[in-house]
Amino acid sequence: MTGILQQLINGISLGSIYALIALGYTMVYGIIKLINFAHGDIYMIGAFLGYYFINEYQLSFLPALLLAMIISAFLGVVIEFLAYRPLRNSARITVLITAIGVSFLIENVMIKLFTANSRAFPQAIEQQKFTFGSLQVSNYQLIIIVTTLILMTLLQFIVQKTKMGKAMRAVSVDTDAAMLMGINVNLTISFTFAIGSALAAAGGVLIGLYYNSIDPMMGVVPGLKAFIAAVLGGIGLIPGAVVGGLFIGIMETVVSALGFSVFKDAFVYGILIIILLIKPSGLLGKNVKEKV
Amino acid sequence: MLKIADLSVRYGMIEAVKDVSFEVNEGEIVSLIGANGAGKTTILRTISGLLKPFKGSISFEETDIPRLSPQKIVASGLSQVPEGRHIFAGLSVLENLEMGAYLRKSKGENKEMLQMVFERFPILEERKAQDAATLSGGEQQMLAMGRALMSKPRLLLLDEPSMGLAPIFIKEIFNIIGEINKQGTTILLIEQNAKMALSIADRGYVLETGQIVLSGSGKELLASDEVQKAYLGG
Ligand SMILES: Nc1ncnc2c1ncn2[C@@H]1O[C@H](COP(=O)(O)OP(=O)(O)OP(=O)(O)O)[C@@H](O)[C@H]1O
Ligand SMILES: [Mg+2]
Repeated sequence: MTGILQQLINGISLGSIYALIALGYTMVYGIIKLINFAHGDIYMIGAFLGYYFINEYQLSFLPALLLAMIISAFLGVVIEFLAYRPLRNSARITVLITAIGVSFLIENVMIKLFTANSRAFPQAIEQQKFTFGSLQVSNYQLIIIVTTLILMTLLQFIVQKTKMGKAMRAVSVDTDAAMLMGINVNLTISFTFAIGSALAAAGGVLIGLYYNSIDPMMGVVPGLKAFIAAVLGGIGLIPGAVVGGLFIGIMETVVSALGFSVFKDAFVYGILIIILLIKPSGLLGKNVKEKV
Repeated sequence: MLKIADLSVRYGMIEAVKDVSFEVNEGEIVSLIGANGAGKTTILRTISGLLKPFKGSISFEETDIPRLSPQKIVASGLSQVPEGRHIFAGLSVLENLEMGAYLRKSKGENKEMLQMVFERFPILEERKAQDAATLSGGEQQMLAMGRALMSKPRLLLLDEPSMGLAPIFIKEIFNIIGEINKQGTTILLIEQNAKMALSIADRGYVLETGQIVLSGSGKELLASDEVQKAYLGG
């Protein structure tokens, strides 16, 4: 029993990271129908920024986290502005290929600057382990879970209650109608990139702390898994990204714990295929019918 | 108030609107009628800035519309109820209305407008917390109109408000359009329902395959042989 509980805690920690990345995928997809393949790299940039602020500026964890989020938000906005906005009316495949190009660009610039080697993430907070019977929880796990909860609550508030959040939803469901309301669609899209990127960066800093190792290619696999999480939950749906992320995180740890860690990725992709065969719109997706 | 001169709009090589000229004077209801594919929606989308003209001019009071973004066009006092309503599914009725007032900063004025819209469409107040997608077709039309009124437009553009509605609802919608006009909003109404549209209009234009073929007062057009034959089955 505690074994299961232990895996659940490990899985939720990892899944929270996936969820943080998946949110950006899903929000961007929701608003401009683009799978932003460079999103995983923003997560990596976030981790490097955190590393940089802690190592070079001796900042403590929280300010480093916040600064990494802010700068990454800005970077996300710049990427959208330079790479995607000029292609707003192009075929989707064009934008998709551009996104892959942006991803390669970021990775290779980072390799050039920092080499491809991994480096140790500073222990800005000392690791502590709490044991409850045979259950073991680290303060890192608690930090991940609590930070994710706070960020998601904040996101929920922004999306549901603020004017910008409502505009985001309006642009997502009907861009033309949003324009007819006088909604500034470009600004709204920029805002979406900012939020998505900030969340991914938070995931990057948290994972740096958790796994204690970062490198320029670290965004590729988690990015892919977060994308799967977003699709799994129902792309375009914010709760779907959270559910999908946690689901994949938990599955991965459970499969590893059962001794199949070699197959954990195959397992994740397998799940994706099965679920999408049964329910193409994802776990939380419904087939929306509009009244005419 | 609104003056359109020699307007042509193209989709690629297809010229959907050709050399169209017409005007709407302050205080009027002007109806633009025409069959499917005549180019009515294309004209309205161009006025609202969603399409750019191929040639010709659109001026709203003194402003040159095609130079402006859709946002600026709304800000200048023009608001559209699009064909098919296009309410925001997943947003509540109230949130839909709030989006209509997106450009206004003053909270007090927003409240006032909301009150006015609720008075005009009491059903919307009853349903304000409900997901707009769950409204009936007629209620969605009212929401789309209420939403467009939230910006307090001086000119309201309506694209086939009667589409898909039961006759009793159509009557109600047209009554409301008349009332909105009496309270000082100028109206450009696009319709296939020629009879209803011309009977409330001060003036009307008939559009056929992208060109205006007939114009006159609502009464004249209703009585004319061409309109009788083509649109009223007489
Ligand atoms: N996006 C588009 N691309 C190409 N052609 C278009 C497009 N939208 C409209 N058209 C064409 O332009 C012409 C006018 O269309 P429009 O929608 O303006 O007609 P309408 O008068 O509003 O018709 P309805 O009464 O059916 O709404 C039609 O021939 C239509 O096929
Ligand atoms: Mg039309």
